[in-house]
Formats: sequence, C-alpha cells, structure tokens
Amino acid sequence: MNPRHVAADFRVVARSYLRNSAALFFSLFFPIILILLFGAIFSNAGSTTVSVEVLNEDHNSPASQAFLAALSNTSIVSVHLVNVSTVDPAGFAAWLGQNGYAVGLVVPLGFQANYTNHTPVNLTLYTNPENPSAAGAAEGAVQGVANAFNLRAANGSAIVGLGPGATVGSQIYTYIDFLIPGLIGFTILTSPMFSMVDITNSYRKDGIFRELSLTPLTRAEWLTSRVIWYVLLSFVTAGIMIVTGVALYGAHVLLTAGLIPYLVVGPFLFVSLGMLAGSIAKTPESAAIIGNIITFPMMFLSGTFFPVSSFPTWLQPVAEVLPLYYVIDGMNQVMLFSNASRAAFDLAVVLVIAVAIFLLAIRFFRWRDE
Amino acid sequence: MADAISVRGLVKQYGPVTAVAGIDFSVAEGTVFSFLGPNGAGKTTTTEILEGLRRASSGEVRVLGLDPWTDGRELHRRIGVIPQDFRFFDKITPKESIEYYRALFHTQVDPTALLAQVELSDKANARYDTLSGGQKQKLGLALALTNVPEICFLDEPTTGLDPHARRAIWEVIRRLKREGRTVFLTTHYLEEAELLADRVAIIHHGQIIASGTPQEIIRAHGRPARMRVDGPPSIAEYLRSHLGLPVDASDGRVEVDLARKEDALRVLEALQASGLPWSSFATEQDTLEDVFVRLVGRMDDGAIKSEAAP
Repeated sequence: MNPRHVAADFRVVARSYLRNSAALFFSLFFPIILILLFGAIFSNAGSTTVSVEVLNEDHNSPASQAFLAALSNTSIVSVHLVNVSTVDPAGFAAWLGQNGYAVGLVVPLGFQANYTNHTPVNLTLYTNPENPSAAGAAEGAVQGVANAFNLRAANGSAIVGLGPGATVGSQIYTYIDFLIPGLIGFTILTSPMFSMVDITNSYRKDGIFRELSLTPLTRAEWLTSRVIWYVLLSFVTAGIMIVTGVALYGAHVLLTAGLIPYLVVGPFLFVSLGMLAGSIAKTPESAAIIGNIITFPMMFLSGTFFPVSSFPTWLQPVAEVLPLYYVIDGMNQVMLFSNASRAAFDLAVVLVIAVAIFLLAIRFFRWRDE
Repeated sequence: MADAISVRGLVKQYGPVTAVAGIDFSVAEGTVFSFLGPNGAGKTTTTEILEGLRRASSGEVRVLGLDPWTDGRELHRRIGVIPQDFRFFDKITPKESIEYYRALFHTQVDPTALLAQVELSDKANARYDTLSGGQKQKLGLALALTNVPEICFLDEPTTGLDPHARRAIWEVIRRLKREGRTVFLTTHYLEEAELLADRVAIIHHGQIIASGTPQEIIRAHGRPARMRVDGPPSIAEYLRSHLGLPVDASDGRVEVDLARKEDALRVLEALQASGLPWSSFATEQDTLEDVFVRLVGRMDDGAIKSEAAP
C-alpha cells in the first residue's frame, strides 16, 4: 500500500465526485430532504397527535403513571385516561368502538410488580384496522417508550428512579431522535453502495480498470481511496443531518466521539460490499439487481426509518442479520442511550463484517481476465 | 539488435474456440512493428497477451525479456499502452490525468510538455467528457507516454479520427521511433502501416499469413506491376501480338502486366511504333491494402492454407 498512490487516486475520486452535480445533490441535499420529510410526517406535535384511550388497571402504581407520562411526552400520542370504575375491561374493545375511538391501551394490573421483578408484562393495544396510520403511530410510540423502559431495566437503574417526581420526560425519545441515527445509517449505506456497484461495472465496461491495471496502482489502493472518500462524506452528511434535525425539530442527540468509529467503519463496510456486489456480477443489469437485493432490505429493515423495536416480533430477528442494523443500533447507543458496552459490541460486529467483506471484495475484484 | 518482443508458438483458446493458433514473430528494439488483420483475427487477443492482460494458453512470450503474465507489474512500468477505444474518468482533465499517472509511475514528466507533444495543449484543462474522439485518443497516447516507456502498444490508435488528428498521432509515432523506442501498432488502415512500419505481420484466423517489410509482402503476394494505357481496343491487339506480354482490355482501358521494369520501355516504344491514337498512360503497383484484401479474401475461400508463412 503506497500512500502516494492512494493520495493520487483520492484526488481523482474527490474531483469526480465534486464535479458531478447529481452525486453532490444525493449526498448533500438528499439527507436534508429526508430529515425534513420524515421529521414533518412524524414529529407534528399537537393538533395531529393520535388520541389513545388508556385503561390503567394498575392506576395506583408509580411505574404505570411514569409510563403513561412518558407516552404522553412523545408528543406522538395524547393520552386520555378512562375511568376504571365506569368501563368494564372485558368490554373495553366494544366500548371503544361504540364511542368512535380509534386506539385504546390497557395497562394490566400488576404492571409495576412485574416491571420491578423483571417479569415480562404485556400491554394490550386496541387498534382499528380502518385507521392504520393512527394504529401505527400509537404502536410505534408505545413500543418506543417500552423500549426505553426495558433499556432502563436492563441497565440496572433502580425502579425508584421511575417514581413520581422523577424527570421521566427528559429520558424519553421522540421519533426524530431515532430518525437521525437511522437516516445517517441510511446514507452510510446507500451512497457508497449504489455508487460502487455502478462504478465497478461501468469502469469494467469502459476498460478503465484495464487502463488502471497497466499502472502500478493496486486494487487495495484503489479501494482504500474510495473508503477514505466515503468516510469523509459520511462525516459531512452526518453533520448536516444532525444540524437540521436539532435546529428544526429539536432532536435530542448526544454528540460524542463515540459516533466517529461508526462513521469510519460503516462506509468501509459498504464501499467494500458495493464493490463485491459489482464484482461478482457479470453484467451491469445483474449488478444492479444484486445491488438492490442487498441494499433494499437493509434500507428499510435496519432501523433506518423506524426503530427495530417497533417491528413485529417475527421481523426483528431478520433485522439482526443485516449489517446496517449494527451500525444504526450502535449509533443509537452512543447518540441516545449512552450505552457504551452495547455500542462496543455493535462496533465489533460491524468491524468484523467489514474486514471480511473488504478481503472478499479484493479477492473477487479483478483488473484483468484470464 | 535485440528483440523487444519475441513470440514462439503462441496459442490462446477460449473454451472450444481457438483465437490464436500458434504464431511466431519477433520485434526488434527501436523498430515500428505493425500487426494487421481483419476483425476477429486474433489481433487484440495477441496484443493483450503481450501486455500481460491475458494469459496465453501455451507458447512462449517474452516482452523486454519478461513473461508478461507473471511479471506484469514490472513490465507495466516499462511499457505504455493505448487501448482500442480508450476511455477515462469523465470529470477529470487531461492535465490532471497526466499528473495522476505521473504520481502512480513516480516519473517526472511535465504534463504541459507532454500535452504539447500530442497537440492537446488547448484542451489541457477541459474535462474528459467534453473532448472529441480525436482529443480522447490523444490523451490516451499522452498517458501511454507518461512513464517514458520502452515499448508503446498502440491498438488502433487512429480509428475514427479525422485526417488532421491522425497525422498528429503519426507524428508522435515517428518521434518515438527516432527516440529509439519500440512501437507495436495494430491498425485497420493499411496505408498507415505501409507509411509507418518497418515490419508488418498479417494475422488471419489466428495464424500469421504474411510477414516482412511492407515491400517484401507486396512483392511476395501482390500482382506484378502494370502499365495502363487509355486508348481504343485495337491497341490491346497490337501490343499482344508485338510484345508477348499479358494484355487485358476492358472499359476503354488497356492494361499490360510488366514482368520486368524494362518492359515499361518496350510498351511505350511499341505504342509509338503502332501509330494508334492513345491519350495517356500510367504505371500501377499493388499497395499493401490490395495485398491484404487479396490474401484475406483468398484465405476465406480456403485457397491459401499452403501459402501461410511463419
């Protein structure tokens, strides 16, 4: 690996990119548009919040009250408590329907006791299939809060901290908070993947690899200069997204140095994966298909637009085999939860996958034919 | 003079297809060697094997004394290649491209001087995707020269270019030769080979069917020189009966094959003596192109196998 070669090739990559208006648009303005769009759809506080009728059977417990306060603080839903003495729990669904309510939630008796003992406790969410957006928003909010509570429990925080008077609200994450790491992950995935699959093919078709194979540039040097470029790009786009999210939607994210390793290892992984996908394909068409097969599930199922914890339980294990899941989960851990041990685990997973893919890409990528 | 390139019994098979069927040739240092053949004859395959881009199925290939496939990295430092249909990075300018290659090859060439050499100075700072076909080829040539190569491989460097751009590239090839470098040129344009090449080999169906200097090939495979006379058909009758040379008359023209150069004088004397009206005469000789078309055409008719020369 000769640094002079990498530097020379890097200049070519950077110039090519900066002189390509479509590439610039997708890497610099598209992230802003994504944040604006998703932020606008899901962070609309006040008027368009979803009303949830809550039957709190454990109404005397601080835990249930803290949970509902947290739910209310998401500003995704507005919580309306239903008087337990007037509504029969068994007839709750019917009562919701008769009164035209779209969403209802039952907090069961013994919620606090179970939570304290780390025993699984199930909330029951009633939704109206005719109103899927309200159902989805309510489910997401409840899952999000439940997730935060579960993390707390897993962290070993005492339940006492959840008692009345604890500032639960500041610990609760709104959708935009999850959205920022998710969308940073989205751009870390998509911008190198699409461009590397495309470049690997068009350079082969145009004979540019053939040209380069006649120079002292090695395949590893070629790949390294691209990794460096996409790492820099990921810092810029992450910065843009964080600034936009915080300025426009008041997102709560922690800017720690812990974010940096993900912005380095993530692009390293996906530049390599893009080149591997482009290299194993024999034609540009099959390259695009292979690229999409790899990219699309990750685009939607890795916690990019919605937290994985809000997925149906059968779908969650699917997310956990996708490399991007660990990039986004890790960024969530450092930017939201300050959970260093889980962040380190995620980073280790990403790093191992990245090194393996890099080596595979170098192996399958050929300058020349037999 | 030592051989810059030597090829013995080179065979290249793609599955059941034999692209190159056992060829031998060598190129002396400091000469221009032109490799000719119709499309699909095995030209590009052979060239790519010499450049270390493809692996020979069998045979021995030495370029600058190196095995191109196993010693590719060393070889690539010492050769320059302009491929057929050269393409490069769309948004990068010629000057930046040369700076890029200069950094990769660790050489000290001056981009401005190199671009002047290939007559591309006015486009030094224009992006590749705004260049014309000829300008792109000139950039390819400049890049091939960035590492001051001992051998230049030029694969159809002037295909599709206007006459002016073509002449500019010819000039560079002549200069390379003057500088003592070896040039391996494949081309579709036979007059280009005739003009530039010291030696020529014609490959067809994976075999070399003729090789030598252009004049040697024309002498060996061309028709004899002819004298053409414009005049009435009765001239043909007269010449045939008085000279004993083959005479062909058609389309108001009379053609006499000249076995020796003295025959030209005899034809003219006979014409003068005949008293018949004739307006003009000209002597004609086959060009390399005539020979090429004939050789390739005859081989395709299946008649030339016995003539195949190493």
